Amino acid sequence: MNKVLLDKKDIDRAITRMAHEIIEKNRGIEDVRLIGIQRGGVYIAKRLAGVIKEIEGQEVSVGALDIAMYRDDIGMRDEQPAIRKTDVPFDINHKVVILIDDVLFTGRSIRAAMDALMDIGRPLAIQLAVLIDRGHRELPIRADYVGKNIPTSMQETVDVELSEEGKKDVVRLKRGLE
Amino acid sequence: MSSLGIKDLLGIKGLSRKQIYLVLDTAAGFKDVLKRDIKKVPALRGKTVFNLFFEPSTRTRTSFELAAKRLSTDVINFSVPTSSFVKGESLLDTIRTIESYGVDYIVIRHSSSGVPHFIARHSHASVVNAGDGINEHPTQALLDAFTIKEKKGYFEGLKIAIVGDILHSRVAKSNIYCLRELGAELRIVAPPTFVPHGIDSFGVEVYFDADKGLKDVDVIMMLRIQNERQEGGFLPSSDEYSRFWGLTEERLARASQGAVVMHPGPMNRGVEIMSEVADSTSSVILEQVTNGVAVRMAVLYLLNRTRVTKHV
Amino acid sequence: MIILIVNGHIIDPRNEMYGLGDIVIENWKIKEIRYRESKPGQGNPESEGDSFVQQFPESPEIIDASGLYVMPGLVDMHVHLREPGYEYKETIKSGTMAAVRGGFTSVCCMPDTKPVNDNETVTEFILRKAYAEGACYVYPIGAVTKGQEGRELAEMGMMREAGCVAFSDDGMPVKNSLIMRRALEYSRTFGAPVISHAEDIDLTACGVMNEGYLSTLLGLKGIPREAEVIMIKRDIDLALLTGGRLHIAHVSTEEGVNAIREAKRAGINVTAETCPHYFTITEDAVKDYNTDAKVNPPLRTEKDIAAIKEGLSDDTIDVIATDHAPHHRDEKLCEFDSAASGISGLETALPLGLKLVEEGVLDLSHLIRKMSLNPSDILGLDRGVLREGSDAALVIVDMDSEFEVEPEKFVSKGKNTPFKGMYLKGRPVVTICKGRIYDFRAERP
Repeated sequence: MNKVLLDKKDIDRAITRMAHEIIEKNRGIEDVRLIGIQRGGVYIAKRLAGVIKEIEGQEVSVGALDIAMYRDDIGMRDEQPAIRKTDVPFDINHKVVILIDDVLFTGRSIRAAMDALMDIGRPLAIQLAVLIDRGHRELPIRADYVGKNIPTSMQETVDVELSEEGKKDVVRLKRGLE
Repeated sequence: MSSLGIKDLLGIKGLSRKQIYLVLDTAAGFKDVLKRDIKKVPALRGKTVFNLFFEPSTRTRTSFELAAKRLSTDVINFSVPTSSFVKGESLLDTIRTIESYGVDYIVIRHSSSGVPHFIARHSHASVVNAGDGINEHPTQALLDAFTIKEKKGYFEGLKIAIVGDILHSRVAKSNIYCLRELGAELRIVAPPTFVPHGIDSFGVEVYFDADKGLKDVDVIMMLRIQNERQEGGFLPSSDEYSRFWGLTEERLARASQGAVVMHPGPMNRGVEIMSEVADSTSSVILEQVTNGVAVRMAVLYLLNRTRVTKHV
Repeated sequence: MIILIVNGHIIDPRNEMYGLGDIVIENWKIKEIRYRESKPGQGNPESEGDSFVQQFPESPEIIDASGLYVMPGLVDMHVHLREPGYEYKETIKSGTMAAVRGGFTSVCCMPDTKPVNDNETVTEFILRKAYAEGACYVYPIGAVTKGQEGRELAEMGMMREAGCVAFSDDGMPVKNSLIMRRALEYSRTFGAPVISHAEDIDLTACGVMNEGYLSTLLGLKGIPREAEVIMIKRDIDLALLTGGRLHIAHVSTEEGVNAIREAKRAGINVTAETCPHYFTITEDAVKDYNTDAKVNPPLRTEKDIAAIKEGLSDDTIDVIATDHAPHHRDEKLCEFDSAASGISGLETALPLGLKLVEEGVLDLSHLIRKMSLNPSDILGLDRGVLREGSDAALVIVDMDSEFEVEPEKFVSKGKNTPFKGMYLKGRPVVTICKGRIYDFRAERP
């Protein structure tokens, strides 16, 4: 089974809505910083920044966060997660950091990302924005901004393909193992 | 997901270009960590690293210790003066003892070539060779490659000269394997007494004349000259070595524009390298030290794997 | 007591006789050898068949040697029995049992014991012990210099009288050329050869394997081939100078073989031996820092193997000896640099030699000569013969028996062999010597 959940237009609409919500909730973007989780989250963070600039006419800083070193399943697998670039070229102290990921699932990545952030600085607050929330949380974590809620079963996978990776923008639901 | 696909890092010999690049790319991520206020990540939390040093080495041991600590492991340092080895305990007994502590990594430095291989055969831990006899010193070569990559950005066709006691240098051997695999053009610059047998088969050009050997090179890697080499009849004196093979400003000027100078340390200033060169803008010697920690973090990280014996 | 060895292929290298036949042993002496058929011009063909057995009414011990080869007991002129002093490595008892298992009925033991066999008291101790506990005949080799220290000559005459058959500082060279000259001169009095451990130890320096590409690759310190060659040449020159009897031990290099060949052509009184490992395996065996392949002189290269085979074939090299050097496992289970040098060789020598026959380097009787008659003649032992009236010292070999080398099954205390796991062909099944029958037929696979 291979079902299209969101096409390009749906993704654009969701990102635009989330951008509005971010601006609204924080009453502007003065103290807001966007940090995407490698890799899908980084692309979405950049798109959000683009939309925010269109709305507010103001640049919002975007960083990239790699969470491989902070995962909780280290030593439980034979292969190590690849280390990607962490690039946060701004101070996060006393700022509202919006963590951005493509899919929110168990919440473990977000836990790792929050630990990683704390090692970089002490933000005023951390908010979470995700394109897809597919449920099945294993930790007490919830998103502040959600592109689309999609109830899934554990046997399904949510596949986010983005043009930044040379693909067509689409979100698919797949059944069975990857 | 990525992995070196090996239990131990015993040498560069046998590593593929892909494996070497994986270490270098991973090290780049760890180098960023070292630039932060909080220079520590929980990547290897709960793991134990055993630094087993049978030869005095402050630098390499410290570098491994720092790398291990920055990955949140517990580190134990075990070196000859405090060990029971001097009382005549066999190497095998030492390994079995360490094995009983349940360590995850053994970082080993030993004056006898092949000891890391011996330990790897007798231990479940991942063994990292921190220098064995005159065989290999793989993490030094990896950090050197990392430094070259940062400074030059490429290896293919890069002209690199390794100058000094190649015969007794595990650093030189590992660098030859590593840089050849990465596609560099390698030169050996040394008096004939320091050139190992069969070097022709290693894909390097040999120069006895330092002035010729250093002409147009992009990277100069100096090796430490050990004073005791005079006794073996390898050299008449360190003064003579310095005159003919020491890296002076004049010799450095023969290299290509923007050439970098490297040294694994500790340096003998005034012997193999003049202070004017060591302290010049061409020198990347201190960056090598910084990079050493990042590369060793990468090695420890990439060797981490499931240890079934422990989790069952 | 009468023993009948029936219907075996008899090989008698002394008389160049070989053919199917029977051997009668009475009171541990060979009483009669009867050939049933033999090659043209050799031996007396008789075809009595089983009626031969019926001549002996008093039910003798009968060994059916059908399909097997019967040959003189092998003579190993270079073993280390380690006793006295290193009984944890080997004893005269265990070492001679290993010899018998390998088809040897006489072994010559090197003097590098603790104390060194450099005087008649030690020689007598070894002989007494060998007489009481040894499975085969033991011939001690005395030291050339006191304590094998290379400074003063040992009491060669007294040791000769006590039973030493040759002199050697094996394990160490006689470094001082003057001392070597004197040794070659002085030993002439007693007609015993000086066996040279040919090694320039200054050139060896701290070397642990053959010097070359591989030693650089492994980061192990190399021993140049010249360390052997220079010393062989020096000793040949000294043999020419003195007219002494020189025997070169464990030749491992092509250049060494060439030097000896030239010397023999020039009429110099020199003989030479090599060991099975030098014509079977190369330095490649050291890969992975395998200490069982650490031996001195070190394993060399393919071209040396070829040269040694040629030297064996043209009789430049007279003898195949084992240089049986048993060590305790702890002495091998350690750093390569610290590991003891040597190979436990008695139990693999014959099948490794037989590979030369299979390869066409030597014919069978030529091989047996190099492993029995030649060393016996060099040392004047009167061994290596199948002769009516001589001691019953012989071995019966199953040429077709294939087996895996399993060191843990060695009789020798030394399990150190680089041939572990190798499949070899040809095993002694019965060895007779010193008034005993050692029957290994039950062990056959």
